[in-house]
Amino acid sequence: MLNIPCPHCGPRSEYEFQFGGEPATRPIPASEVSDAQWSDYLYARTNIKGRNRELWCHSGGCGQWFLMERDTVTHEIFRTETIGSGTIGA
Amino acid sequence: MTGTRIPAIGLIDRGQKLSFRWQGETLTGFAGDTLASALLANGVRVVGRSFKYHRPRGIFAAGAEEPNAILDVWHNSQNDPNARATLVPLQDGMSARAISGWPSLNFDAFQGLDLLHRFLPAGFYYKTFMAPDWHRYEPNIRRMAGLGTAQKTPDTRHYETRHAQVDVLVIGAGPAGLAAARAAAAGGRSVMLVDENPQFGGSLLWGDATINGQIGTAWARDTTASLAASGAQLLPNTTAFAYYDQNTIGLMEHRSHAASGWAEDRLWSVLAAEVVLATGAIERPLVFPNNDRPGVMLASAVLRYLRQYGVLVGKSVVLTTNNDSAYETATALLAAGGQVAVADVRAEPGPVANAAQAAGARVYAGSVVLNTGGLGGIAWADIGPADATSQRNATSRIGCDIVASSGGWTPVVHLFSQSGGKLRWDETLSAFLPNTGRQAHQLAGSMAGWQSLAECLASGHKAGGSHGEAPVTAIARLPTPLQPYWHVPITGARQWLDLQNDVTVKDVGLAARENFQSVEHLKRYTTLGMATDQGKTSNVNGLAVMAELTGRTIPETGTTTFRMPYTPVSLGAMAGMRHGDLYAPKRQLPAQSEHDAAGALMREYGGWMRPACYPLPGETEAQAVQREARLVRTNGGLFDGSSLGKIEVFGADAAKFLNLIYYNEVANLKPGRLRYVLLLRETGIIYDDGVIARVAEDRYLLSPSSSHTAGVLAMLELWHQTEYPSMDVAFHDVTAAWATIAICGPRVRDILATLATDIDLSDAALPHMAMAHGRIMGIQARVARVSFTGERSYEISVTAGHGAALWRHLLAQGPTPYGIESLSILRGEKGYILIGTDTDGLTMPDDLGMSGPLRAKKVDFVGKRSLTTPDGARPDRRQFVGLLPEQPGFVPMVGTHAITDGPTRRSLGWITTAAHSPTLGRSFALGMIEGGRAHMGETVTLFDRGKTSRATICSPVFHDVEGAKLHG
Amino acid sequence: MTGSMMHYSGWQLVKQGLAGNNGWKPAWRTPDLQRSYDAVVVGGGGHGLAAGYYLAKVHGLKRVAVIERGWIGGGNTGRNTTIVRSNYFFPESAAMYDFALRLYEGLSRELNYNIMLSQRGVLNIAHTEHDMELMCRSVNAMLLNGIDVELLDAKQVIGEVPLLNTSPDARYPIHGGFVQRRGGVARHDAVAWAYARGASDLGVDIIQNCEVKGWIKDGEHVVGVETTLGPISAGVCGMSVAGHSGVLAEMAGFRLPITSYALQAMVSEPLKPILDTVVMSTATGAYVSQSDKGELVFGAGLDMYPSYAQRGNLPVQQNIIAAMLEILPAFRRLKMLRQWAGVVDVCWDYSPIIGPSPAANLYMNCGWGTGGFKATPVGGWLLAHNMATGKHHELSEPFDLARFTSGRLVDEAAGAGIAH
Repeated sequence: MLNIPCPHCGPRSEYEFQFGGEPATRPIPASEVSDAQWSDYLYARTNIKGRNRELWCHSGGCGQWFLMERDTVTHEIFRTETIGSGTIGA
Repeated sequence: MTGTRIPAIGLIDRGQKLSFRWQGETLTGFAGDTLASALLANGVRVVGRSFKYHRPRGIFAAGAEEPNAILDVWHNSQNDPNARATLVPLQDGMSARAISGWPSLNFDAFQGLDLLHRFLPAGFYYKTFMAPDWHRYEPNIRRMAGLGTAQKTPDTRHYETRHAQVDVLVIGAGPAGLAAARAAAAGGRSVMLVDENPQFGGSLLWGDATINGQIGTAWARDTTASLAASGAQLLPNTTAFAYYDQNTIGLMEHRSHAASGWAEDRLWSVLAAEVVLATGAIERPLVFPNNDRPGVMLASAVLRYLRQYGVLVGKSVVLTTNNDSAYETATALLAAGGQVAVADVRAEPGPVANAAQAAGARVYAGSVVLNTGGLGGIAWADIGPADATSQRNATSRIGCDIVASSGGWTPVVHLFSQSGGKLRWDETLSAFLPNTGRQAHQLAGSMAGWQSLAECLASGHKAGGSHGEAPVTAIARLPTPLQPYWHVPITGARQWLDLQNDVTVKDVGLAARENFQSVEHLKRYTTLGMATDQGKTSNVNGLAVMAELTGRTIPETGTTTFRMPYTPVSLGAMAGMRHGDLYAPKRQLPAQSEHDAAGALMREYGGWMRPACYPLPGETEAQAVQREARLVRTNGGLFDGSSLGKIEVFGADAAKFLNLIYYNEVANLKPGRLRYVLLLRETGIIYDDGVIARVAEDRYLLSPSSSHTAGVLAMLELWHQTEYPSMDVAFHDVTAAWATIAICGPRVRDILATLATDIDLSDAALPHMAMAHGRIMGIQARVARVSFTGERSYEISVTAGHGAALWRHLLAQGPTPYGIESLSILRGEKGYILIGTDTDGLTMPDDLGMSGPLRAKKVDFVGKRSLTTPDGARPDRRQFVGLLPEQPGFVPMVGTHAITDGPTRRSLGWITTAAHSPTLGRSFALGMIEGGRAHMGETVTLFDRGKTSRATICSPVFHDVEGAKLHG
Repeated sequence: MTGSMMHYSGWQLVKQGLAGNNGWKPAWRTPDLQRSYDAVVVGGGGHGLAAGYYLAKVHGLKRVAVIERGWIGGGNTGRNTTIVRSNYFFPESAAMYDFALRLYEGLSRELNYNIMLSQRGVLNIAHTEHDMELMCRSVNAMLLNGIDVELLDAKQVIGEVPLLNTSPDARYPIHGGFVQRRGGVARHDAVAWAYARGASDLGVDIIQNCEVKGWIKDGEHVVGVETTLGPISAGVCGMSVAGHSGVLAEMAGFRLPITSYALQAMVSEPLKPILDTVVMSTATGAYVSQSDKGELVFGAGLDMYPSYAQRGNLPVQQNIIAAMLEILPAFRRLKMLRQWAGVVDVCWDYSPIIGPSPAANLYMNCGWGTGGFKATPVGGWLLAHNMATGKHHELSEPFDLARFTSGRLVDEAAGAGIAH
């Protein structure tokens, strides 16, 4: 079971969290991107086997979204950080 | 029937006699017995028939590894159809039966299958039963398979789950675990110590060692007591069954024997800073011909039954071994008055064997058991050279009633492996040992490969942090090395590997021959290790046989993955309190008591318990719904809309932000005004609809659908936090803070006039789609002119605690209370959609005829770009329309399709809402029809499970098309 | 090498039994790896082995290899709950899944290997009137698609499965349901072994313990694979690797609308026959059947976050078990014997991706998510067709990757509200 360090609340049980997907950069302005680019943003995922960058929400706690670097094989959590603090690489 | 209770040996309480039943016959045992030890003490030999060949089988082991003694056990009217007798503490009044053997255990009607064994090799069913097809054979095969019979009545017991966090969780309370717990506690850390047995001590309970000058059992007892005194949490009867990520351990506490009448297993989820794995080792048997007879046992089990339970399982015992550990059994048996012969595959068994010989055991060096015989048990064993290639190589036949074997020890690395740890094959011990671990744990005792008690204690003390004095024991002499020996090299006779699934050495040979050589293929093809004992005594032997047959080493052949659970765990306890209303709690309206008083038929809608309708005495649901839908339009209606979501949005950027989120323009909404809006997913699909109110320049109130409120809030937070974090806006779900009662219909203004309020309810001050705040009956309130029925309508919201009072007051003015089912007709007559009913995960705004914002709205709102993809612009998308059935009395079932005419029928769409309208005096429907708007006035064929009818496509607004009644 | 396959039958069992069972031949050959093949299928699960079989059988290719990182059938083929059915909503899906079911119905005889297809019916339960309406819509869609299903009322459902929670205070009361009688279960391992045996007999080389490390490209064309056993050149390549599709796509330089999740399943201890149909509950997401061996086999939703670990965590285990017990409360007193997880490639619209990949000469068969086992024959059939002809089969056309650009998804979950 994951014990997730919420950047706002500290370590909490997996039960309190919600996975929010791989962060994707929204193409702006959307009206000017091609169908293919829009599709890539909407649907395509790198789906990394290994060290992955993910969005999570402490939905059963502070309600804040944050970034987490996690291994998708071992489930090891390397670090979490608030959105915009910018050290979990894009 | 030779089992005998030896006086003055064992840890059972001879003062407490327990009566139990076996196959209907009353027997006795003692407190401290397991069901298995009590059966053995009563001389019970055969406890079941084997799965495939229906051969008689007896108790084989004394712990979790038992393959044969799977029994149907009843106690206090509770049943376990597949109880492992070696793990069931005996209780007074318990009743046990064999799960196999028909008509009786001693005469099994299918025992003839054993004679056909050569035609039933591993996986034979893959090669036959194909003509005419499998269904011809399957029912009989199913009846032959399966273990116990499950009861069909609901299990109403109460189960619970506990969570704990500790500094050190020690798993296994044998000498190593006790030493570890003791050291960890001495170091001031919080300690939890668990063991699957009722008593702590592990192998000390059946050993004869001394620790710190005390007898082992006394040291275990005193150590346990001092641990308890130090505040350590001690959980006997508790199996650590799973090792999850990040040092979370699943424990199953067995409380079926608890003195409190609370008789359920309990799941623990324990988060441990550090885990000490002191899980011990399981003896594995030597494999020899006819090694499945009742009376063939593990050497350690014979010892354990004698020392822990005082049961001499046989007076004359033949032991066969490849290592020193069986000699402790030999000497203990001799001391208890038994006769012992030992066939040791080692040419020079060494000093431990010599000592046993001196004590009276006959030791046959370089020998092994080549055969056993006897009727329904053991009468003799043939001994011959370990390299015998034929049973005719036997050199002596020894009369005996038990054959016990030891093929070495298999460390219990299950939890270690589950934690992600890697194993290595140790040649000296012929065993897989922990190699590199991945989580925060220490290893101690025989699971880590330590053999002597001194080493086990030392490793435990170290694993616990080496605090306090290390426990001391005499160093035993060095053992003579084990000689790997996997089976007798005889090809003719059957030698069993997996007793429960009837898998023999020959079956492994067949798997090798047929190329099922990967360990996983071996398991799956032969079913080796797939039984309820999970191969605890058979996996390593089977692997070794496969290695030998394929000319590979054991590590090259591999090991199977260890999966949770270590032993089977209670499903009820795994679910815990997630049951019934706690599985998915239902939400209740603030005025619930009033609805009950009004005779409401309550039903769940999207997690909320809401009135479906309010049947009068003698009225059916359908009649009530028709009456309510009619009276709302002719009299006036009262509806509890409290479950409707209420999310407050505030901040300087509230308008700008919401305009980027919602499909419709909301930034130009004037304070005090409302607007109906859609919310899309980024994929352009409609997620929700609702009415948005602008309360002030910097403040909005959203009304998401009842079941979408949490989802809408999450979506707002996600977009704000990730895409627009610099905007000044915040959200607050206030759904539970307000009760909302809607009142509508022709008499609505009369009823409103009875309300004591400071709110100006005149049309000038409060037109349709406007909102006002103030006080009603002295209570903080707001009133919104919004209608889901098409009638002039007022939604009055008051603080939740006053909802019931408001309802009572309004009801007293004579409106008709109506429920969701009636509302469904009313909103359907007006063509108002219900999200999730009229729309689905494919619906886009233009499908509903709402294409304005896409053209007019400049900002890049959520989902906008997806509306202009080729599919979004496809002309033949399904569109929202009305449908009038040709027969006005016929109400099509929701889910009826519209189809093309002609020989190849194709679906054009489906009906999403349908009802008889009391106002129209006929049936009507709403639906999503391919290109529907271009076909208004045309008729179309409806299809419902083979029956067809006709309907006319029309506007979805059936009643008050101009909307005059909203203002009437 | 072809046609030498030993014929399996009751008679053969007697004959070999009398000969001490020493005469049985390998079910599939262990060939020497060649450096070049006409077609290479990556992934030795049921789909990949079926593709190998149909490449040889239907398209007559002589030099075909199926390469597998571990042991054949060791991925999701051996980790599912063995359910087969074709009760799908959209015509595209129904056509494809029913093609699979029809192949399944003839598979034991075609491959001379008993895959134990047990058409005991798949029963979906409705717990509310709304569920019932959605089911009516699905049932009609299926009937129009030519799929044999029946809508049942509550009484009929309880008649089918008397063990269901019929208590008046049940959290999820039984409102009705629908059943596909031709649906059921099959022995999952046997499907892989049967295809392996059939393919091997037709000359297909099955190479185990051979992991792909990369694609060999000539310009934009994929012309082979780098493996742990060295490079293999290929006339055409196919990938059929379920949860690892994203990994192989990344090697070829493209991304997919796929996320890999762990899907857990578990079995109880074996019991005498107690449940004769496959039961699925819309509200709880639970599905359960009883294997011929007597174990109750069950599962429910996916794990909460992406994972390549064939493991699964406690909270989801609890949810799955609770979901199953909520509809079958008699099973609370039973015990779980085994648990496992497969890494499933969940596609955005819960439908597979079949057809050419963005890398030329590489064809894909992936995105089956939680529902791949039931499609094993058709997945193999279509991948083989695409690889051999370079063109779409009419059944695979709607499942081309291009649908994510056009927006024309085949969203079964959205269309029918049915869990996969």
